[in-house]
Amino acid sequence: MTIPLNWFLVLAAGLFCIGLFGVLSRRNAIGILMGIELMLNAVNINLVAFWRYLDPANLTGQVFAIFVFAVAAAEVAVGLALVIAIYRNRDTVVVEEIDLLKQ
Amino acid sequence: MLLPALVFAFVSLVTLGAAIAVVTNKNILHSAYYLILTFVGVAAVYVMLQAPFIAVVQVLVYVGAIAILIIFAIMLTRRLMSKEMEQHNAQWVPSVVGALALFVVLAWIVYTAGWPVQEGTPPLDPISQLGQDLLTTYLVPFEIASVLLLAALVGAILIGHEKGMRREE
Repeated sequence: MTIPLNWFLVLAAGLFCIGLFGVLSRRNAIGILMGIELMLNAVNINLVAFWRYLDPANLTGQVFAIFVFAVAAAEVAVGLALVIAIYRNRDTVVVEEIDLLKQ
Repeated sequence: MLLPALVFAFVSLVTLGAAIAVVTNKNILHSAYYLILTFVGVAAVYVMLQAPFIAVVQVLVYVGAIAILIIFAIMLTRRLMSKEMEQHNAQWVPSVVGALALFVVLAWIVYTAGWPVQEGTPPLDPISQLGQDLLTTYLVPFEIASVLLLAALVGAILIGHEKGMRREE
């Protein structure tokens, strides 16, 4: 293989940190969900890269990646339903204004 | 062999650039479009890792379902998130510092860990091998994933359900 494993891992680390920044700094709840999707993608790159370079004979890494897909799909469906329900009740998607429990 | 390195550099630049656009763009709808570009870039990374099935599933699930769902949600809540509104909160500077610090730590770990890399080739027919693994070794997680998806389906309908929309009896 011509591309070293480290390159893929650093790419995944970069993607994860960009997603983390999005989660920490976005005000829109949907923007936060997009950051979470970026982080999950970074995790999946790591899983597939480790499968290819450390144990290519067994498909364990790919199976893990498929389960991450399933969990990500479930997470985004419930998350967006929550955002829309909050929007309907509170008329906002800005997370700083969703502070019912703080009052 | 220079070509794989060049392809990798191109794909990772596109992916990371699109990801940065996702988290910094003022217009949340444009962020969603850049998110699609990021997902396609990640699919290309899977192709480079010789995992074609994962790449196809990435395009189907992320681009075909998750990105469309996100765009739907943005359009349903669009009125309040116009371009003039501030999109980042007051703690974005510490967020940048924290994310960069985490990246430095992760890159340092990656380069000092000494991974036990094995030369080897993937199975000749990885997709049928994957199907057999899912229905034998990983049968229980597979079934649990289906229950999780059903629960998420019911939960999403229940949470998103509007009270006034109940049928008259």
